[in-house]
Amino acid sequence: MTKIVIIGNGMTSYKFCEKIIAKAVPGTLQLVVFGEEPRPAYDRVHLSAFFSGKTAQDLELAPADWYAQQGITLHLGDPVQHIDRAQKTVHSHKGITETYDYLVMATGAAAFVPPIPGVDKKGVFIYRTIEDLEMIRDYAPHAATGAVIGGGLLGLEAAKALLDLGLRDTHVIEFAPRLMPRQIDDSGSSLLKAQLEKLGLRVHTSMQTTAILGDDTITGLQFADDSSLPADILIISAGIAPRDELARLCGLDTGHRGGIVVNEQLQTSDPYIYAIGECALYNGMIYGLVAPGYEMAEVVASQLTGTEKAFTGFDMSTKLKLIGVDVASFGNPFTPADQCRSIVFEDTLKGVYKRINITPDGQHLLGGILIGDADDYNMLLQTAKNKVVLPPNPEDVLLGARGGQAEGAAGVLGLPDEATICSCENISKAAICNAVKDGHETLDAVKKCTKAATCCGGCAPMVKDLITATLKSQGKYIRNVLCEHFDYSRQELFDLIRIKNLYSFDEVLDHYGHGDGCEVCKPAIASILASLWNEMILAKGNDTAQDSNDRFLANIQKGGTYSVVPRVPGGEITPRQLMVIAQVAEKYNLYTKITGGQRIDMFGAHVNDLPLIWEELIAAGFESGHAYGKALRTVKSCVGSTWCRFGLHDSVSYAIRIEQRYRGLRAPHKIKSAVSGCIRECAEAQSKDFGIIATEKGWNLYVCGNGGSKPQHAVLLAGDLDSETCIRYIDRFLMFYIKTADPLTRTATWLNKLDGGIEYLRNVVVNDSLGIAAQLESEMQALVDNYKCEWKEVVENPALRKRFSHFVNAPEEKDPTVSFEHLREQKKAAEWK
Amino acid sequence: MSLSNTATITWFFACKVEDVPANGGVCVKYRDEQIALFHFSRRGEWYATQNLCPHRRQMALSRGMIGTQGGEPKVACPFHKKSFSLADGRCLSDDTECSLTTYPVKVEEDRVYIGIVNGSGHAAVMA
Repeated sequence: MTKIVIIGNGMTSYKFCEKIIAKAVPGTLQLVVFGEEPRPAYDRVHLSAFFSGKTAQDLELAPADWYAQQGITLHLGDPVQHIDRAQKTVHSHKGITETYDYLVMATGAAAFVPPIPGVDKKGVFIYRTIEDLEMIRDYAPHAATGAVIGGGLLGLEAAKALLDLGLRDTHVIEFAPRLMPRQIDDSGSSLLKAQLEKLGLRVHTSMQTTAILGDDTITGLQFADDSSLPADILIISAGIAPRDELARLCGLDTGHRGGIVVNEQLQTSDPYIYAIGECALYNGMIYGLVAPGYEMAEVVASQLTGTEKAFTGFDMSTKLKLIGVDVASFGNPFTPADQCRSIVFEDTLKGVYKRINITPDGQHLLGGILIGDADDYNMLLQTAKNKVVLPPNPEDVLLGARGGQAEGAAGVLGLPDEATICSCENISKAAICNAVKDGHETLDAVKKCTKAATCCGGCAPMVKDLITATLKSQGKYIRNVLCEHFDYSRQELFDLIRIKNLYSFDEVLDHYGHGDGCEVCKPAIASILASLWNEMILAKGNDTAQDSNDRFLANIQKGGTYSVVPRVPGGEITPRQLMVIAQVAEKYNLYTKITGGQRIDMFGAHVNDLPLIWEELIAAGFESGHAYGKALRTVKSCVGSTWCRFGLHDSVSYAIRIEQRYRGLRAPHKIKSAVSGCIRECAEAQSKDFGIIATEKGWNLYVCGNGGSKPQHAVLLAGDLDSETCIRYIDRFLMFYIKTADPLTRTATWLNKLDGGIEYLRNVVVNDSLGIAAQLESEMQALVDNYKCEWKEVVENPALRKRFSHFVNAPEEKDPTVSFEHLREQKKAAEWK
Repeated sequence: MSLSNTATITWFFACKVEDVPANGGVCVKYRDEQIALFHFSRRGEWYATQNLCPHRRQMALSRGMIGTQGGEPKVACPFHKKSFSLADGRCLSDDTECSLTTYPVKVEEDRVYIGIVNGSGHAAVMA
């Protein structure tokens, strides 16, 4: 039996216990841990989460009983005060004496407090432990102006904490000319500073604090340039000081500027005593990050269980989100200009700065800095660490290939097997791929099996890519399932529900799912049911399976009010109808705006008012416009041959006919359409899911276009069609899309993924290659025949109407928190926070 | 800061069982507060949380969709789909998001009651 005593119970100490227990033969080890703090090891990296609602317990790495279950003796709130190296014993503050075979010092570091006069005043804090944070939290309500000394990683975290505590006036004081001087360069710092100032922080660089002002209590800071700053609370976060006092007392070698000297085995000058984490000084360097501390824990745990392993330094690359701004630095970001080439990308508008340093021959990546957008951090870090040869245009790694070629072997599969994917837990690409091959085929399974992506989580997207790539390389079919409650794709469920004649979400869940559903599968199934049967979507208990907009048959807007869009088929509207809309909008105090789809949107309606508004609209002949649904929205039109001197056909009449045919049709995503009366294309039909353009001989039918964030032109499906044939083709096209697309997939994306593309689609729709054209047409006809205006049904049904209130126990009262602001002659929703 | 044995719970009548849609939520007015009440009828369970989604401070959770994630009951806000545990209120989609205050619920006959601890609608959380 080997007895190991561990001094300190921080993150590294916990990791050491976890690792050595996993490695040791059960019953061969006795572990005793002394911790100075009153609680077991907690996640100091995410300490600031304490201010956004996490409790001390949430931050625990393992509950106190974990130690007992593992047979570890844990003494909390009891620091070791003396080490007797000759007798191999330690003595604690509370008088406990323990002998050891090996001693592991994981004493960590304390906040470094510079010798500024006045640091002992009330209102001056450090930022290291949960107790520090509790004191800051209790003091903050008395303060209006906050200051942080130190513009490094932790200082900025502390500044965020002050913001979170409601101190709108918070200043960061940095001695160096830039923020985060160890990680980023001047340009990066000025961009970061600009971003942080947008969020309300005030940043002062090149400022030396000479005194803390005030009698007993802080009132401000005095600087070397004779300026001063009022402050009611100050957090000092000017770096760390290794806790080496115990080591000094017992005569171990320590560094001039602190730290317990260790060799590659992490042994101190006494071979029976190891030091790991922030207290260890290896090769003249203190490693103040968690990942190298974990690596040190691994090295010592390996050696003490009989495996040779050495610590040879550690990459200090970091990526973090500071007050919502991505900041990352990797490899060596500060290679001198004569030893490398730098490529810099800067967009001050978007707040993005990226710099990479590459070897003068352009072959390898040395390091870099990413601010504002660090999505590429993992790839770049691995490219640098593994000396992956860069593409011919090295800027491609920063900006992405712009030649249109496929990525090829680049990306995660191009990395060597030994590439570290998870640097917190030091998990290689091979370890993850092997886990997948052993049957751990989901992110959760891989996390459990390898521990990858369990610490900071930054590598999770890469792990996901590796899982997909490994499965594909094994020829495995990657099942496209809806969510954790259904092991089927949308297309499979569509067929199953049709064959079994199911009519409600609960029935579908009972037959084909498990568990209780979620916000992914509920609206997807509700949409399938609507596409199959076209029944009232709020009936049969399906109301609570609808997305919020469908549930209230209106579009929820900022502040919790709704907008109302009556159908205006083809965009044709009478003066009388315009007057009704005007009256309703004035009566219910609604903001009105013309939409992109040739309709009128009325914003700011209380949920209670929706049935009243619709009652009036319906009385005037309006119908629901389904602007809230994944359904047919509008069929836009140009004025066409009835007025236009160029028009070939009556595009308005045809648009009205089409809109009335497909109104209310629910689909995997919204569907938009347009009809243009000639080739000038004023209705922009080629940007729609299906668009129709008049020709000399008939109509050209275009499909699968969309506007939005990724615009795509529609492609010609068939030309010179007569009006009846065109509608039959649209029936087939829409029904085929509805039956086969994934949830929330527009027609353009659906076509992009469709094997065989437009040729295949044309074969199905025009040439009836699958022999389903007649079925598709009759299914569509059934939906058309079953159409009813949903709002008419609600207005006439007291039970459905009852759901349109804000308070269940005060149905006549409106939400008192709704507020509006004046805008031009109308109103707008109050800005959210 | 768990409930101690001395904490007293005041129950107030919220609504009838039939007033709450199956597997859905409603908003209940309690003094000047808004409480989201959910009937997870598929599981035979009732939950109550604050109605305010902490993400964008919108009074909207009662209109959110309920479901489960790995067996844990949750509600997704209709605005940006942030999910919160119905059991303990913590945010399931974002570690840094605030937790919801939760309230006990009891049903007697067909009447639903929500419990307020120590006469205050707020749990002991920081401002």
